Amino acid sequence: MRVSFKDWSRKGDPWIWLNAGAVAISLVMVFGLLLLIAQRGLVHFWPHALVEADYVMADGRQSTIIGEIVDSEEVSAEQLSTAGIHVPAGVEFLQRDLLKVGNRDVGGFDFRWVLDRDLPNKRYPVELMSVERREWGNFYGYLESVREAGQEVATGDLWAELQTRIARTLSIYEEIYDVEKKDIGAINHELERLRLKERGYQLRNELTEERKQSLAMQRQALDEDYAVLQTRLEQLYTEIRRDSMTARTMDGKVVDIPLAKVVRAYRPNAMALPEQIGFYFSKLAEFVGDDPREANTEGGIFPAIYGTVLMVLLMSILVTPLGVVAAVYLREYAHQGAITRLIRIAVNNLAGVPSIVYGVFGLGFFIYFIGAGVDQVFFPEALPSPTFGTPGLLWASITLAILTLPVVIVATEEGLARIPRSIREGSLALGATKAETLWRVVLPMASPAIMTGMILAIARAAGEVAPLMLVGVVKLAPSLPLDMNYPYLHLDQKFMHLGFHIYDVGFQSPNVEAARPLVYATSLLLVLVIALLNLSAVAIRNRLREKYKALEM
Amino acid sequence: MTNEATIKAPDVDFNTPALQRHRKIRAFKDRFAASAIGVGGMSIILAITLIFFYLMYEVVPLFKPASIEQVATYARPGADVATKYLYMEEQGEQALRIAEDGSLVFFNTRNGQLTHTQQLPVPAGVTLKSVTDAGIGSKLLVAGLSDGTALLLQHAYKVTYPNDQRVISPVIEYPFGETPLVLDAAGSALTQVALRDTSDAMLLVAITEAGQLVSAYYTKEENFLSGELTLEQADITLPHLADRVSHLEIAPDLRWLYVGTESGKLDVYDLRDKQAPVLNSHINFASGAVHIETMQLLLGGMSLIVGDSDGNITQLFMVRDSNNQYALTRVRDFTPRASGVSVLAAEQRRKGFLIGDKTGHISIFNATANRQLLTEKVQDSEIKSLIIAPRANYLMFENGRGEFEFWSVDNEHPEVSWSALWGEVWYEGYAEPDYIWQSSSASNDFEPKYSLVPLAFGTIKAAFYAMLIATPLAICGALYTAYFMAPGLRRKVKPSIELMEALPTVILGFLAGLFFAPYMELHLPGVFTWLLIMPLAFVLFGFVWANLPQQIRHLLPDGWMPVILLPLVVLVTWLSFWMSPLVEHWFFGGDMRHWITDELGIGFDQRNALVVGFAMGFAVIPTIFSITEDAVFSVPKHLSYGSLALGATQWQTMIRVVLPTASPGIFSAIMIGMGRAVGETMIVLMATGNTPVMEMNIFEGLRTLSANIAVEMPESEVASTHFRILFLAAFVLFLFTFVVNTVAEYVRQRLRNKYSVI
Repeated sequence: MRVSFKDWSRKGDPWIWLNAGAVAISLVMVFGLLLLIAQRGLVHFWPHALVEADYVMADGRQSTIIGEIVDSEEVSAEQLSTAGIHVPAGVEFLQRDLLKVGNRDVGGFDFRWVLDRDLPNKRYPVELMSVERREWGNFYGYLESVREAGQEVATGDLWAELQTRIARTLSIYEEIYDVEKKDIGAINHELERLRLKERGYQLRNELTEERKQSLAMQRQALDEDYAVLQTRLEQLYTEIRRDSMTARTMDGKVVDIPLAKVVRAYRPNAMALPEQIGFYFSKLAEFVGDDPREANTEGGIFPAIYGTVLMVLLMSILVTPLGVVAAVYLREYAHQGAITRLIRIAVNNLAGVPSIVYGVFGLGFFIYFIGAGVDQVFFPEALPSPTFGTPGLLWASITLAILTLPVVIVATEEGLARIPRSIREGSLALGATKAETLWRVVLPMASPAIMTGMILAIARAAGEVAPLMLVGVVKLAPSLPLDMNYPYLHLDQKFMHLGFHIYDVGFQSPNVEAARPLVYATSLLLVLVIALLNLSAVAIRNRLREKYKALEM
Repeated sequence: MTNEATIKAPDVDFNTPALQRHRKIRAFKDRFAASAIGVGGMSIILAITLIFFYLMYEVVPLFKPASIEQVATYARPGADVATKYLYMEEQGEQALRIAEDGSLVFFNTRNGQLTHTQQLPVPAGVTLKSVTDAGIGSKLLVAGLSDGTALLLQHAYKVTYPNDQRVISPVIEYPFGETPLVLDAAGSALTQVALRDTSDAMLLVAITEAGQLVSAYYTKEENFLSGELTLEQADITLPHLADRVSHLEIAPDLRWLYVGTESGKLDVYDLRDKQAPVLNSHINFASGAVHIETMQLLLGGMSLIVGDSDGNITQLFMVRDSNNQYALTRVRDFTPRASGVSVLAAEQRRKGFLIGDKTGHISIFNATANRQLLTEKVQDSEIKSLIIAPRANYLMFENGRGEFEFWSVDNEHPEVSWSALWGEVWYEGYAEPDYIWQSSSASNDFEPKYSLVPLAFGTIKAAFYAMLIATPLAICGALYTAYFMAPGLRRKVKPSIELMEALPTVILGFLAGLFFAPYMELHLPGVFTWLLIMPLAFVLFGFVWANLPQQIRHLLPDGWMPVILLPLVVLVTWLSFWMSPLVEHWFFGGDMRHWITDELGIGFDQRNALVVGFAMGFAVIPTIFSITEDAVFSVPKHLSYGSLALGATQWQTMIRVVLPTASPGIFSAIMIGMGRAVGETMIVLMATGNTPVMEMNIFEGLRTLSANIAVEMPESEVASTHFRILFLAAFVLFLFTFVVNTVAEYVRQRLRNKYSVI
């Protein structure tokens, strides 16, 4: 049965196909995007093979090049000719590879575009090693010797020797980290508190000799502790500086690398699959659990996860009761007239107000208006440096709470509206007061709706960045906002945030190319968290609907 | 019977004291809960509306006119002769007055008490004729003497805090010695002097009693050892003018000399060649008896303000034309003072100035904003010796009785006016009036450019391209999902597309900026190929499908078309990007980017409006999709069944019955989507270059209101004009989205009511 195009189109079928196509495009866009993030984010932790190749330079000279092939693309001959590269006639396209050559301290830059045709004789020697360092990015090359205090040691299995020594250095490094961050950090925190206390006494004219002495004694005790830690630190630093290695780069230069600067060394070409998987998970664990290194372009994102979670928790603690009270008022207590309807529309529309506006409001009202007032009244001793008069965790949480308030109100109201009237009436008929009905019957039944609202609020808050840029996030926070120093929860501190981390590392970082995989991984994590939250909200909503469907029967 | 029943009823007393108490407590709790929830609910809702009021509270001061208030009046401090020069120091606490008799007094501005007195070291028999400073705010002064010489002096203020009290002690120095410099060898008195001092040269020009120009030009030599400066006189020749000169100004770079004559002409000389100055421009202000009354350069030394005896106030500056030639150009006229201008005082930190007129009015103007902020009658007679403090918070003048009056000034945001925010403004150094946003710069005498037009334009441009991509996709998709799609599939598709809405925009922005923008730059033809062949591919596929044997067609259940199209989309996408280099090779000479800039002659940025369109389109698709889908789905089924039963095809039913019924819902969906596109921050921040340009060109960047707030808010000074303008931008965004959403919501409610009737 053949259909002519004329007949077919007269029925309007092409339009239906186009509409179906729009759905298909939308679906491909959603899942394509998720796949793209997942693929780019997950692949980052895999040990990439290191390639060694002869490199023919433009002037015909030859050298060796070592690196990871990160990306490759087809470039047209015309584009290359405009860039001043000679392309033989007849060739229309050439493959161009992006090589991560590392060794920023030696070569100056760690990425390089090379034409694939200039890389004859590619090989993957197993001895090639990749060294992750705390400075200057990765090092690629051959291990030459392992040294202790400058003297070569171990002639047998160099690689095993290197690994044991790296393990030793790492454990010392951890100890130094503990002493510096935790112990000395605590002492500095105490000293600062003493200073503020003294200043407070001064301001109130209560600084008696007695108090002065007691403060001096406390300070002295802290100084003594500090001296002990200082000696210990010096000792640790001498120990950590003991070992080093020498390695040969691609251009034959031998470089000395102190092990104190090494995070890990591995030979990706020599790894078997189980080793690769192990490596993958150790990198993943580092990513989730460690501090960032090298201006956030390497290492982990633990502080950002921590900051995000803490901020979102505080926000939900603030927003849930407020939203529920407002919704209950609107639905159960307010007179259902034109004004209530107007308020409802207004609340609904607030959800559509751009988030940056909330940020501006938070900055102006909370930080410069309320925060500055709080500082005057409660923290005069710290002035002129502001305590709450500056962006921080508390203000960020409150700002986001206001931003998400409409979400909770709308969701809760919807839940309350779904509860059949008969149930309320039943409760009232049994003699319960309105408050009792609300507390014992209505709210428990509406609790899934409240949960939905809360989850949606959390999902929105976790992904929101624009207002936070004004009210509290920083690219690198020196300490976590919740730690072991009194008063434990530092509401006035600035914090790191996953979303802002993506923006900052992706756009403000000096080495965007190197940071890119990390940003994809961070994005993946954020997407996963938010998708999970949203899906659970949807699931709860559906369950809720089923439940009341039964009631209505 | 009934009696018996009553007797048999269990003997329960509901009114024991305990139960009564319990009931009372319950009733109390109930009332308490009611009032607590009432108060709580109301205050939360009020707190939300606080946003509106707070934003307004921050914005309103921008449009407040200036005000002045009298603080003190006292007799002339020092000698009771004419005042030649007056200056107020930074804090507005002390002032310097140089009188005709060569006395130099510092006095307290609040009570006129003298704090320091000194006499100028003028040789015997010589009198003081005129005093001027070396540009606005400069503390280097020049005094023109009656024997054709000039004396340079400098005043300074040391601030100390003994006992936490601020004490300001003035000092007078003679940086180039106490011997006057000779300007006119003939010894004619210097009735007016102008001085400019740069790091390597100094130019003095004066008017002699005969109305002629005399001058002295010095180059500075620094002694390497002591760092001491010595002046070397260099040659300069000024032209001889036919008219008597009455006013003089020198540009800070010593290039331009502005000369006003008594006959009301204004000449500009180009002094680049000091030996042979060239007349650059000539403007005639005179018409009848009108003459130039006052003439002064504003902060930065670019703009010249001229007030004439008829009360006209004009701003002029050197404008460079396309041939790189400068010409003095009348830029704008200010509200004239009917009674004639008598004195002009320029602000030291802003492009503002004060005018005192012949009938005792003081007016405050801002040049950039072309705004008269205040006119107040302070006395009946002519205003003399008007000055304003460096922070523009106090002014001082001599009243008709020869007394000094000290007034406080409240003029926080003179730079803002309707025309400065939304109109074309001719800024200093520009060839023509333009819309420009440039809020800060490194130099102090910078003219802030607060035109919101480029930002509003950028916002609309971004939203326009986003809607261009999102609207067809979202609406078509929603129509299919709501009307044609199988219910089983719909239950999966709808949440999937709605999941897009939850994706943090920072991720979309990051992908757009770091993945899509560079990719698109390389595969530009691919993008356009895709846009072109994708719809064709759908139609073609549909047609082929319709011609397939029935057995195959029936494999696909009704309403599952998108599933079979998924591979097609992937295939076509892959194909168009695979073909991209070939297309580029065939049609665009191998490099479309070059082709665009060379052949089309339009600019190309990597992060451009097309990228934003795709990324932000992606962000608004779910919003529009979701609301449209709801609207179409809730169109009562019996309407479409009726239509189908009457023989209409599916598509006819869709277009003629369903779509019109759902159209208000679709309208509100588009409105809400647009609201989201207008306010979106992170995507535009990351996917555009954030350059506030006004080009509709899809290949160029833009800057939106929201991104501008995100970029500039953290570094803006609290309560400054810039800070408040950013608040204004936020307020505009707030109002816009709020109004748009309210209209959309209202339309939707109407629609809902309509359906309930059907």
